Amino acid sequence: MILGRIAGSVVSTIHHPIVDGRKLLLAERLDAGGRPTGGYVIAIDAIGAGFGETVLILDEGNGARQILGDANAPVRSMVVGIVDAVELEAG
Amino acid sequence: MLLGRVIGTVVPATQVAELAATPLLWVQPLDRNGRPEGDPLVCADGTRMAGPGQVIYWVASREAALALDPWFVPVDDAIVGLVDEVRLYSPQDSAE
Repeated sequence: MILGRIAGSVVSTIHHPIVDGRKLLLAERLDAGGRPTGGYVIAIDAIGAGFGETVLILDEGNGARQILGDANAPVRSMVVGIVDAVELEAG
Repeated sequence: MLLGRVIGTVVPATQVAELAATPLLWVQPLDRNGRPEGDPLVCADGTRMAGPGQVIYWVASREAALALDPWFVPVDDAIVGLVDEVRLYSPQDSAE
């Protein structure tokens, strides 16, 4: 899993049926200091995350298919948690 | 999934039989602000509705094979949906 911050959402009318009724969030990837790396990922929202929130993103297809309950879902990235705090050990 | 823009169509003269019914499009990956990022790639079009100029989102690897109907054809990138709009949160907030 990776840490990201919700930077926006993607609006899509025409898509694979698995996206029907689901929200696509655009999350920027974060480095160890919590800063954006410049990378991003479009993930399906599984928990109701909002703009600006630091989130836990599952970036693996089999886990995503398990959450969606569809063994054939063409989905790899899902927002699976909202992060309260990340403690980084000094050193 | 990542953003991309369709920059062309690809028509193979010869292909493996499994790819016969699969539309192929040439796609330029985009960064989150819509600027080109990285090298173009050939995506199978799972929506069958994308065309040149269209902004799309795509998946790679096993997920790409699952995006198509019939599924599990030998592709490594596929278009999952067409993008109407990318709504970005305030840039100041993401710049921090």
